[in-house]
Amino acid sequence: MIPTGFEYERATSVADAVARLRASNGAAKLIAGGHSLVPLMKLRLSEPGRLIDIARIPELCGIRQVGDAIEIGAATVHHDVATSPLIATRCPMLAEAAAEIGDPQVRNRGTLGGSLAHADPSADYPAVILVLNATIHIVGPGGERVVQAATFFKDLLTVDLDPQEVIVSVRFKPVVSAGYAKLHQRASHYAIVGVAGVLDIQGGVVRSACVAVTGASTHAMRLSNVEHALAGQPLNDESIHKAASIAGAGVAVVNADVHASEEYRRAMIPVFTKRALEKARARSSA
Amino acid sequence: MATTHVLPKLVGQRIKRREDPRLIQGRGTYVDDVKIVGMQHIAFKRSDIAHGRIRRLDVSVAKALEGVEAVFTGAQLAELIRPMPIGTPFPSPTHRAIAVDVVRYVGEAVAVVVARDRYVARDAVDAIVVEYEPLPAVVDLERAMTGQPAVIHADFPNNIALPQIASGTGVDASGKADDTKIDQAFAAADVVISQRMVNQRLVPNAMEPRGVVAHYEPGKGSLTMWSSTQNPHILRSMVAGMLGLGESQVRAIAPEVGGGFGAKINIYAEEYVAAAVSKALGLPVKWIEERTEAFVATTHGRDILGYVDLAATKDGKVLGLKLRLIADIGAYNMLLTAAIPTLTMLMANATYDIPAIRATLVEVFTNKTPTDAYRGAGRPEATYFVERAMDMLAAELRIDPAEVRRRNFIPSDKFPYATQMGAVYDSGDYEKALDVALAAAGWEALKAERDAARKQGRLVGLGLSMYVEVCGVGPSASLPTGGWEHAQVTVERDGRITAATGASPHGQGNETTFAQMLADQFGVPLEHVTILHGDTAVVKQGIGTFGSRSQAVGGTALVMAGARVKAKMAKFAGPLLEAHEADLVFENGIISVKGLPTSGKSFKDVASYAYVPVPLPEGLEPGLSEEAFFEPKNNTYPFGCHISMVEVDRQTGEPRLLKLVAVDDAGTLINPLIVEGQIHGGLAQGIGQALIEEAVYDEQGQLLTGSFMDYAMPRATDFPRFELQAMVTPTPVNPLGAKGVGEAGTLGSTPCLVAATVDALREFGVKHIDMSLRPEKLWRIIQGGRA
Ligand SMILES: Cc1cc2nc3c(=O)[nH]c(=O)nc-3n(C[C@H](O)[C@H](O)[C@H](O)COP(=O)(O)OP(=O)(O)OC[C@H]3O[C@@H](n4cnc5c(N)ncnc54)[C@H](O)[C@@H]3O)c2cc1C
Repeated sequence: MIPTGFEYERATSVADAVARLRASNGAAKLIAGGHSLVPLMKLRLSEPGRLIDIARIPELCGIRQVGDAIEIGAATVHHDVATSPLIATRCPMLAEAAAEIGDPQVRNRGTLGGSLAHADPSADYPAVILVLNATIHIVGPGGERVVQAATFFKDLLTVDLDPQEVIVSVRFKPVVSAGYAKLHQRASHYAIVGVAGVLDIQGGVVRSACVAVTGASTHAMRLSNVEHALAGQPLNDESIHKAASIAGAGVAVVNADVHASEEYRRAMIPVFTKRALEKARARSSA
Repeated sequence: MATTHVLPKLVGQRIKRREDPRLIQGRGTYVDDVKIVGMQHIAFKRSDIAHGRIRRLDVSVAKALEGVEAVFTGAQLAELIRPMPIGTPFPSPTHRAIAVDVVRYVGEAVAVVVARDRYVARDAVDAIVVEYEPLPAVVDLERAMTGQPAVIHADFPNNIALPQIASGTGVDASGKADDTKIDQAFAAADVVISQRMVNQRLVPNAMEPRGVVAHYEPGKGSLTMWSSTQNPHILRSMVAGMLGLGESQVRAIAPEVGGGFGAKINIYAEEYVAAAVSKALGLPVKWIEERTEAFVATTHGRDILGYVDLAATKDGKVLGLKLRLIADIGAYNMLLTAAIPTLTMLMANATYDIPAIRATLVEVFTNKTPTDAYRGAGRPEATYFVERAMDMLAAELRIDPAEVRRRNFIPSDKFPYATQMGAVYDSGDYEKALDVALAAAGWEALKAERDAARKQGRLVGLGLSMYVEVCGVGPSASLPTGGWEHAQVTVERDGRITAATGASPHGQGNETTFAQMLADQFGVPLEHVTILHGDTAVVKQGIGTFGSRSQAVGGTALVMAGARVKAKMAKFAGPLLEAHEADLVFENGIISVKGLPTSGKSFKDVASYAYVPVPLPEGLEPGLSEEAFFEPKNNTYPFGCHISMVEVDRQTGEPRLLKLVAVDDAGTLINPLIVEGQIHGGLAQGIGQALIEEAVYDEQGQLLTGSFMDYAMPRATDFPRFELQAMVTPTPVNPLGAKGVGEAGTLGSTPCLVAATVDALREFGVKHIDMSLRPEKLWRIIQGGRA
């Protein structure tokens, strides 16, 4: 639990952070909440020579409405997302997911950007970001670029992000009729299985659905078979049950560990898909 | 004449803990807060395999690092200190503080580094190269007993650390067993319940990990040690012995100790090594355990397999009990390791009047972290095995679990009660505890609530458990260290009271409870009493804190010493007040003649007089400082009844505790608030064991739940509001009537929660489920499988 020695500095702006990253020639790493990075450093699985703290850069913090979209700064902590009145009314699923992350200490420090950059296979946000079709705004030495959530998560702990780049914000169109449901790992409270579901409903019929799972596999992913099964169906117990029952059927690799076997995890995907969809449905009629 | 200000009696009051403000505000001084000029930091290279022969150990790179003072291998250390001693009279293999040729569990030290700071020390540890010839890891307990897949210690064939011992009905003092009675009991039975049960291995996880500072001063030839320990006096004796120093040359200090739960009773390799290294180098050294080390290098708890057979009539009257225990003690014997499972045998009688009991015990080595005491230490295991069997009997006979127990209780008029297991229960009223709990919980209404929930398809169950434990440990005959406790009480010149106690609290609040007793005894305010502990230079003698003994044994020693000072003070006050000393009362800061409250002298003035006694009363020495040793004649036996309601999620198998009622009888209560705190803590750990805590090893002997990311600790949000009720049956064993309460919560809660969960899953035909009650395990039962 003793990291290798490192230097620490604090960046004052995004541009400053990018410049510092570049100047370090790969020796530096960004630190935001430190709740994924510091544990790795203590185990010496990550040994950066320098840390560049971006947690207090004003432009990285905060939740704003931008036209009909919501923008969340990358350094916004989970607690702020969980308790934001704007998120609670316009996109309650996101508040729900943020409120279920870890414990109060984690939520008071951990950030949205850090969670996405680290992309733990059991992290909660990725599933939610996927079903919101959010865009991830990134600044690097070559300027700004925008990545679709659908192409951001690539593999185990791997995302479309260069070590020289900084995630600046996440943007999405908020949606009320959406829900997140999670089976907690009982030690860390990460998701053994977490499912996010968004329903676009008109006249009691599902126009389209977006469903994604986290915790089950190497990274969060959409459950397109469930989405297809719901599209065009009247929204009722039966359609939800039917669609949820095939959740995870197409997921090739399912994790197994001391907390949950592959069989159990597979069985939990439909259970939590159903719960997420039921929440979405309840919110749609509220 | 002093003005009278009426002081309330404090014993029995809910006084807030005086130690908390400093602890909550970060003003406590823990071992890691101790800093000495020139202090070096030590770190251990530890085995990352469970079993293997060290083929090569290369410390040259580590030694050459800048800032590294020294590196010692096991062989070098072996020249400085003797093999590790144990505190039990059982056979034990040679155990070196640092492994010399073979490593026997993940986490065993193979070298120690001394360096300028913790970073350099850790860099040096990483630079040490060890090559092992891997040996097969012995992980499965029952396979280990056949010598498979390896024998861990050459002198202990089949990995048997302790060949079978027996106790109970028909077993004589030499251990010879006559089976007549137990066989008759089983022959006469209408029903026999048989079940294999595992009381799983736990990691104690004190909030403060272990730590030690050792400072050998070559000029004085003396050693001072700060250690996060439960028993500084034992530490002093053992370190002195290991280093070849006299006890008078070693001072051991347990500063603020952030929990121990029994795991800080043992005297550890790191303590001996720190002392030896400090002496060898002539430098102060510090070692602070890392959390990842704490998971493997601090002793574990529990891990006893029990084969339980219970014989009964069709009316539910128990005729006989057989308990075959097999303890997985890990790789070595530590201080009390071998003795802990014997407490499981001792308490096999539980709260019941059982005519014939036979308990046997075998202890087995495996390639895991050694076990030792953990909150409850052997008694929760006994409670668990017997209570689970009682529940299975109730289910088999379709009798209410409360009723089956009622039919078997030791009647309240049979105390003191000599059990089949050799214990003498001091006092008790078990049926009353049951009745109080049933009333507090609303047992019948709860049953109706459960049945209504079931009609809605919910999986809800109820559990009930009795317990009796052994506390206030204990007569010297039962402990190799001696079983007394020591205290010294001094009334200072200014009338303030300084009391030194050999009980060495590690978070229980004795600074408050002890001060309450002395404040009452002398009729002075609580703030005028200072409790000193945890320093062998300040507290002349002591045993320490374990076995829920601090209040019952340490507290008694304190009031005995207090009474001696008071008697002497009365001899000084008598002539001043022109009264007989027997007629004096100590109240409200005044010593006065009985019936004449306005006649008195202030406590302070009498104290001052005792130190400048002009004239010195005939036959008196100056000063007010007395000591006492209290040797209890017996242990104490607190008891109680716990009731819980659990709901299991039909889809996921997740259990949720809906209700917990605990009735605990710890004898006389000095401070009910602190007692409740102790029960809450014990419940949290018992519920933790039942639901989520588990040290899981894989086949290679790697601890899979070796960090807080994987080892689940209970949190406040996992619990409903505990509903507690106190019952008071004083013990005749000590004048306070106090029995002890530190461990009680861990006893009743585990069987109670398992019972409730089994009850919740009754429709699936399940009779018993081993802990922890992992969701997947319960889900499989719901899916039609078995646990
Ligand atoms: C006990 C515990 C329990 C937890 N439980 C959960 C849980 O239930 N659910 C869950 O989802 N998570 C959980 N987490 C993880 C937590 O949410 C982390 O906070 C989060 O994953 C990382 O955010 P951070 O700000 O702490 O990132 P850091 O640890 O500071 O950084 C993580 C990585 O991201 C990089 N990084 C950080 N910010 C940026 C940025 N803006 N641009 C580019 N790269 C960046 C860093 O360089 C580093 O590589 C838990 C963590 C702990 C310690």
